[in-house]
Amino acid sequence: MIRVVLPPHLRTLAHVSAEVSVEVEGAITQRSILDALEDCYPMLRGTIRDHDTLQRRPFLRFFACGEDWSLEPPDHPLPDAVARGTEPFLVVGAIAGG
Amino acid sequence: MSQVRVLVGTRKGAFVLTSDGKREHWAVSGPHFGGWEIYHLKGSPADPNRLYASQCSGWFGQIIQRSDDGGKTWMQPGTPPGEPQTAQGPPKGDSNKFVYNTSPENGKPLTTHQWYDGTQHPWEFKRVWHLEPSLTDPDTVYAGVEDAALFRSKNGGQSWEEMPGLRGHGTGPRWQPGAGGMCLHTIVLDASNPKRMFIAISAAGAFRTDDGGETWRPINRGLKSPFLPDPTAEVGHCVHRIAMHRSRPGVLFMQKHWDVMRSDDNGDSWREVSGNLPTDFGFVIDVHAQDPETIFVVPIKSDSEHYPPDGKLSVYRSRTGGNEWEALTKGLPQHDCYVNVLRDAMAVDSLDSCGVYFGTTGGQVYASRDAGNSWAPIVRDLPAVLSVEVQTLP
Repeated sequence: MIRVVLPPHLRTLAHVSAEVSVEVEGAITQRSILDALEDCYPMLRGTIRDHDTLQRRPFLRFFACGEDWSLEPPDHPLPDAVARGTEPFLVVGAIAGG
Repeated sequence: MSQVRVLVGTRKGAFVLTSDGKREHWAVSGPHFGGWEIYHLKGSPADPNRLYASQCSGWFGQIIQRSDDGGKTWMQPGTPPGEPQTAQGPPKGDSNKFVYNTSPENGKPLTTHQWYDGTQHPWEFKRVWHLEPSLTDPDTVYAGVEDAALFRSKNGGQSWEEMPGLRGHGTGPRWQPGAGGMCLHTIVLDASNPKRMFIAISAAGAFRTDDGGETWRPINRGLKSPFLPDPTAEVGHCVHRIAMHRSRPGVLFMQKHWDVMRSDDNGDSWREVSGNLPTDFGFVIDVHAQDPETIFVVPIKSDSEHYPPDGKLSVYRSRTGGNEWEALTKGLPQHDCYVNVLRDAMAVDSLDSCGVYFGTTGGQVYASRDAGNSWAPIVRDLPAVLSVEVQTLP
């Protein structure tokens, strides 16, 4: 199982209180994790990626193992620690605004 | 005894204010969707417990929420919990999917509108400004969006389709954003003619359909906007709000960027009725529930100073359908008040003694139980108010 940590507002939408776990088939990438996440929690569709283009929303970033993966290709394999479930995949909202 | 439910959208959540028909004591519920911008929420005239809300955020985009119990509980239409999996498979989560229609069968692809500098700019969905439920079907609701377009859902908000005849009627490439963006903010349904609908866009103007949304035409004759190269152009006017009384659907009132206007012919022509207003800039306009010649506005100093003249918050009422206005100030702050009242933030109830309600960017929601003669705040310290709607319940 892949662990995913969501920002607080998305936890509220998904009706979850902490990190979630999702089953992901095949290579563990940004795309495969987010596809699985949106299958489990369809209310999150469009909130992390654009519905049509699947582009990351501009004020969100993706982190794993202490590194920013936001600008990596979406099909680039993530670290083994994420695939093993020892480290979570984090969706982080930018600190912006007032 | 009747009840009144006031639906308030703010910069940081939604609030539901309820009272009995005396309108003396109010219960406040909220914030719902705390921390999110709630541009608008409105109830279905056909099922008052069916509410729709537009929830949005710069981080997470657009969300549509629906309540089927008068605002006690909410759900994103078409997603669990709330709506179970169907034979068609798992929920698609399409309730926040607003995709412009550019199909060839709907006419020329509509790809650009005018940008601030006069160049052409692609249409980009940003948010839903206004939700207008059908007068007869709780599952049908219209959405006015930025960048300006009209969408419709026929399944309770689960999915949306653009009504492309509006953008496609020919003037779209000349529409341009106002200071707040290029938003379709007003949708007025005609109870006497289900095929007729009015909408308004900043800054394009007012438009009407007489065939249920298939075809549209601009209805801006008589409007004058000195900032335009042609002040009486067919489109390009910054209309802020249109209001209509159900019993007189041919009569429309408009608060334009500057000027308060009136039409007696379904918008085919307009004449100015600003009369003795201290300033004819403003955002809101509404009509008394029982008297279609009594209208309300809140004058704002200017387009560069969005607050009441002299720091005195006043509603102005005309009992003559415009031109002759009286200031209504009892109970409203008359010094050091520098709030704004945004375009969707005034509404009336339909009780015998008409209640009038408006919200401010300072977080106050004021109510009058006597058609504006006197005012009192229901709440004083909400986040900036974006919209106010009222339901009168049996």
